[in-house]
Amino acid sequence: MVFISVGDVMAIEEFQRAKQGSRRDLARVLSMIENGTASFLDQTNVDKNRCMSIAITGSPGVGKSVLCDQLLTHWANAGFNIALLAVDPSSPRSGGALLGDRIRLKSVDDASVNERIYVRSIATRTSSGSVPLIVRDMAEVLHDVGYERVLIETVGAGQAELRCAAVADRIVLVEGPARGDGIQAEKAGLLELADAIVVNKADLDGAQKHFDEIQESISLEQDEHPKMFLVSALEGRGTEHLSEQLLHLPSTERAKKSRIFQHLLAAHEQRLTQHPQLNDVLEQLLEGTLHIEDALSQLNVRN
Amino acid sequence: MNAWLDRLNRSRPNMSSPVRVVVAKPGLDGHDRGAKVVARALRDAGHEVIYTGLRRTAQQIVDTVRDEDALFLGLSSLSGAHNHLFPRICQLLVAQDMGDVIVFGGGIIPHDDREELHKVGIRAIFGPGTPTSEILQFIEEARNMANVGVGGSSDWLWSSSA
Repeated sequence: MVFISVGDVMAIEEFQRAKQGSRRDLARVLSMIENGTASFLDQTNVDKNRCMSIAITGSPGVGKSVLCDQLLTHWANAGFNIALLAVDPSSPRSGGALLGDRIRLKSVDDASVNERIYVRSIATRTSSGSVPLIVRDMAEVLHDVGYERVLIETVGAGQAELRCAAVADRIVLVEGPARGDGIQAEKAGLLELADAIVVNKADLDGAQKHFDEIQESISLEQDEHPKMFLVSALEGRGTEHLSEQLLHLPSTERAKKSRIFQHLLAAHEQRLTQHPQLNDVLEQLLEGTLHIEDALSQLNVRN
Repeated sequence: MNAWLDRLNRSRPNMSSPVRVVVAKPGLDGHDRGAKVVARALRDAGHEVIYTGLRRTAQQIVDTVRDEDALFLGLSSLSGAHNHLFPRICQLLVAQDMGDVIVFGGGIIPHDDREELHKVGIRAIFGPGTPTSEILQFIEEARNMANVGVGGSSDWLWSSSA
């Protein structure tokens, strides 16, 4: 039986208005997805040949926001409608968040292109295994209302952030100079997920060296290499070429498989964290009256 | 009728979800220590704060509130331009169908100027020395009230201590 409440009717009407171009309604639809009060996946029909979501990930301070800003400007100038979902962590103590990605975005202030640019800040919120799937659903809705490219900007540290990247169609890893040797990048587990690697801050010493190290590192083991770029987002050097290349970036088979695995883990984690018996099971585990294997069977997460 | 349904639909998730607040610095004003203190206090109280950065125009701030679907907008001004900028922002919000956004202000705003600002729909003005706990109390109270948005019919105002 399908139950339709007043809220559902409102939600569908808002979604229709969002499709007609109302950004006020689009913002509300995304809030409903974020708050888990409505789902629109059965309403969307996205042409994957026309639309693509791209995660921009990397350590804090490598210049992801400035790089995203450059991509937004280039693509909007090329006539595309672009959305940026900027994911930042919530404070684990208070559950609140300070979302400051907009400070570095000049493109949203540029009246000649900002009609084609939608930016939304997303907090990971505490102990929720569902953030990556929320981000995926938001990207679907954004594609459906006419944004051909959706950028997902996320710090490449922590499981939730990694999986937010993994739900995108492509992953671009951003690196910078003075971030340790090439091995550091490999350790993070992100290299195998990436369809492209961008070494930013070419205006600083050591960027070329870092670029060479990563290139050498990936050439050792893989037969299918992610594309590599050396740019300076600050000076705009190399970003035009990068934006052209990323617009139709192909995916590597290896990245596809790693990504789908992360996707599976995200769905699994969501099921686990939202299980009605989770608290009971945790209590029993705490008391020592339940074995971890029995806990898993009780939560139906193994066969 | 439609507005009532709208309020019903909006109030439901708001009860349990974090409140989204845009903290903005309109105009040519480079002093953002106060805005950052407020932003941090709101975050530590469990809210989600979107900070715009310095020197935004009225239209840029309104666009940000729209795209981020914020329930509250906090405006900070220490340059003396509040009598011009704050009403402009409030008018744009109402004109763009965002009359349900709750607006509060802070900074160097003389008491003599406050009545005019309340008239355009700003529900609270916090001067220097206001404890951050008072701003949090205002948020808690206002989020649970009806018609206190910038275009709302209520004549409720927060009487601030500073």
